[in-house]
Formats: sequence, C-alpha cells, structure tokens
Amino acid sequence: MLDIQHVTKVFFPGTVNEKVALENINLHVDKGDIVCVIGSNGSGKSTLFNMIAGTFPVTSGRISVAGKDVTNEPEYKRAFYIGRIFQDPTKGTSANMSVEDNMNLAYTKGMKGIRFSLTAERRKEFRELLEPIGLSDRMTDNVGLLSGGQRQALTLLMATLSNPSMMLLDEHTAALDPRNAEIVMDLTKKYIEERKLTAMMVTHNMQFAIDYGNRLIMMDEGHIILDIKGEEKSKLTVQSLVNKFREIRKKDFTSDEGLLTE
Amino acid sequence: MIEGILVEGLIFAIMALGILISYRILDMADLTCDGSVATGAAVATMCIVNGLGITVGLIMSFLVGVLCGLVTATIHNRLKLPVLLAGILTMTMLYSVNLRILGNKANVSLVRVNTLYDSFSTWFPFASTSVASLLGTLVFVVFVTVLMDLFFRSDLGMAIGAMGGNEQVIVSQGMNPAILKLIGLGLSNGFIALSGGLLAQYQGFADANLGQGMVVQGLAAVMIGEFLFSSNRISLITLRCILGAIIYKGLMFLGRKYGYLVGITPNDFKLLTGILVIISLTVAKTRTMASDKGARKKAIERTMKKEEGSNA
Repeated sequence: MLDIQHVTKVFFPGTVNEKVALENINLHVDKGDIVCVIGSNGSGKSTLFNMIAGTFPVTSGRISVAGKDVTNEPEYKRAFYIGRIFQDPTKGTSANMSVEDNMNLAYTKGMKGIRFSLTAERRKEFRELLEPIGLSDRMTDNVGLLSGGQRQALTLLMATLSNPSMMLLDEHTAALDPRNAEIVMDLTKKYIEERKLTAMMVTHNMQFAIDYGNRLIMMDEGHIILDIKGEEKSKLTVQSLVNKFREIRKKDFTSDEGLLTE
Repeated sequence: MIEGILVEGLIFAIMALGILISYRILDMADLTCDGSVATGAAVATMCIVNGLGITVGLIMSFLVGVLCGLVTATIHNRLKLPVLLAGILTMTMLYSVNLRILGNKANVSLVRVNTLYDSFSTWFPFASTSVASLLGTLVFVVFVTVLMDLFFRSDLGMAIGAMGGNEQVIVSQGMNPAILKLIGLGLSNGFIALSGGLLAQYQGFADANLGQGMVVQGLAAVMIGEFLFSSNRISLITLRCILGAIIYKGLMFLGRKYGYLVGITPNDFKLLTGILVIISLTVAKTRTMASDKGARKKAIERTMKKEEGSNA
C-alpha cells in the first residue's frame, strides 16, 4: 500500500539552520494495516506525514502509494488516494460555508465545473451520512458554528466520502476535550473497520498506541527506532516500551507528553 | 440629477463586485484594480473609436481585464510573491500599457462616436436621456450580477469560495489552488475592466489616470454594503455590494455639492474615502467586540443560574 524507500528530508540545507528532520527512512505498510506512530516532539513524525502527503518535496528517496510512484506529485494530486486529518479541527473544513456545501465539495475529488450538483437526491444521501454524527439537522448551518469535535467528525466523514487508499491521522483528537476526543476516536475506528482502510495515526498516548492497531512505530531524531507488529505488539506494555527505548537510545524517554498514558 | 448618481453608482457597482470577489470571496488583497479599470476603459474606447462596435468593445474590455488578473495570479503562483506585491507590479506595468493602448495619449474622447449611452436612448424612446441611461445601466448590472450569483453557486464557484476561507481544504479535496486563484482573480479583474469600459462610455472619454485610488473606493463600497445587512447568501452579498456602491457615490455627490460649506473640495475625496474605510473597519471591530461581550455576559448569567439551581 505505502512504500517509503531511503527518504531523507533536510530543512534549510547549506545554512547554519540546517536540520535533518528525516534520515534514510524505509517503511512498508501493507493494505489494511493500522499503524500507530509515537515519538517525542521534533522526532520527525509530522515531517514523515508531510512527506507522505506531499506538503513538501523529499530531499532524496522515493515514496509510492498503492503501487504508484508519487514522489514528484504535488499534494493536491496525492489527495486523490491519501486522506489526511490534522490536529487543528479548522483545517479540514471551510468555516464560511454550510455543512452540506462542505460535504458536496468532498463528494467528488478534483477540479469542479460550472455545475449545480447539490440536488435533493444528494441532500438526502448527505442527511443519512450525517445522521450518525448528529449533524443531519444542521446541514444548512455554517461550519464555523460547529464545535471542534463536530468539525473534526465532519472532516473525518468528508475524508472517507471519496474512499481514499489510506488515511493519515495527525493527532486528530489532541485539540479536543476528552469526551469529544473519545467520540471522534470511536468514529475513526468505526470508519476504518467498515471501509477496511489502511491508516497511519500519530498519537501521544502510549497506552492507546499499544492497544489499537496491528503495528507500532516509534520515531526519534529522524529515525524509526522501533517497529513492532503482530504477536509481539499484543504483548507490549507501556513499561516494556519505555525500557526498549532506553536500551536503544541509552537515554531516558524524557518527553512529558510521551509518558502520558492516562 | 438623482439618475446621474444612480447610473454612476451602478457602473461603480460592477467594479465593487470585482473587489468583492478578490477581497472577500478569495480573501486576496489584489491591487491590480487600479490598473485594470483604466485598461478596460482604454480598450473599450479604442474599440469603439476604431469602429469595432460597442458590444465588441465591452467584451474586449472584459477579456483584457481577465488577462490582467491572470498576470497577477501567475506572478503570485509562480514566484510565490504575496498577492499584494504581484498586484502592485501588474498595476504599475499596466500604466504604461494603458498609455500604449490609448495611442500614447493621456486621454481619448468618445464624444464624436456612438456609445452604449446613445443606444440606451433608442432602446427606451419613451424616457428622457437620463432615465434611459439609468434603465439601460440597471438592465446591464442585473444581467452581470445574475451571472455572477449563478457562477458562485456552482460547484466551481463554491470551491473558489471555500479556498478563500481555507486553502488546505481545496488541496485536501484534490484541487490545485493555483488554478482556482487564476480563475478568481481573472473574473475579478474582468468585472473591474468591464466597469471601466462602461464608465468611459458614460463620461465620454478614457483617461490613463482613471484608476487612481479605485481599490480603496471599491473597498469603501463593499464595506458600506456590509453595514446594511448580514447574510451568507451570495445573491444578498452581491445585492448589498451594489447598494453600497450607490450609497458611496451618493455620499461623494453630497460632498461635492455641500462640501464647500465646511471647506471640503474634491481634492480631499481620497483622504475622506480612506477615512471612511478606516471608520468602517473600526465600527465593524467594535461590533464584534460588543457581541463577544454580550455573549460573555450571557454565559456568566447562565453559569450563575446553573449554580443557583444546584445550590437550591
């Protein structure tokens, strides 16, 4: 599904601010895999996601999605097969447009024509889709009036509407209050299961990363330092994960957020 | 006299609609306008003077305006220059281009040829010249506005509106924002140039300096319109923009007519327009703050009530 070969990303190359954000990353994700990505701030998680989504070009290396080399494709073209949800709930929807207009925007990917495709029939379809997230009565309200949780749920629905090959979830519940975070996470699990999506999810919650998905990746200083899957992952505990980190890095896993286990 | 203000206001309204597209719908501060409005006037004038006809003149002024917008958008897209700077570049270059179009003259007269405003008199023979001008302009503006409303309700128009609010959404939905910006700025400057083409015919000449300060005037019209009523429906947004443009021209007329009483001359109008925009922004800001304050007060009251309820 996703194949990353020797990907390196250097920011501000040749200047005093030169920073190697990713170094020779190799990663292969199979169809149907659910990969949790953990690591402290600045470890390269977000850069990795930006490379996969195409926000910035890679310095070197190759990335292919669903058997297609996408290394030189701009972000908007990769959006046809990659659905991405950001931490910031305002990023995925347009605030000054209604819920139904946002849904219609996401209904078909790619450039739009001078057509009026929001028909009564399509409205009915949207109403049914919006029912489970409790927004079926608010279809004509501007998205700006919704809460962060509702917006993130809508973003999630919009991203799955076009059946992407894989989903990138970038701490997409971190900005929500605990109750809404739970609702959005349940919804995420439901969509992933129902539509058999391949997903990569950044999280700061180690316990969650251990409990959910069939694979866990830990990043540090631009490297993937741990890659645990299947049988081995099911036996994992927070303590054993922290111990493993110590063993590899010969240092303490100090980031406060990384230790949040709830 | 009142007809004159209305005609001026309606012609100006088409330009204000162009400004509405760039500043409000696209959320891009485009200054190309100061150049493209004069380009529109120059193109329409030269087409008519050279016998290509009024219709061709207006269509050409629209198309050349679109081209001006495309230049700004391309500079912005390709060189990653802020749109403000890209617009200033195009505007400055257009000043020379406009003089070229006008045959290296600062202004060209339309007095000796038939213009749209002469045709209006024959379309509405029952009305006086000024009323015919008003009716003709009104029909024209309604036609243009309906087209614009339809466009921004289409899928493509919606996408352009969504980009103004949040560019990431457009990227995430697989659209190239650079292309939407080309379309948006093209359309915006097409409208602005069309307004220039009408204005030249109404006042009877095209002038290379026509565009000076037009962006600020257009913004003033858009903002006056926003005071009238609030809505998120495109048809009402364009309507209030047109009303704003007419009110602006009315205010300027009052300034010309009665300004001398307080010592205001037409020389002061640019200053006054700028102050008008600043006042509009200040009032809008105060309004938001007031409604925030109101919301906070209500929220505190609600909490108090709840606490009282739980104590009881």
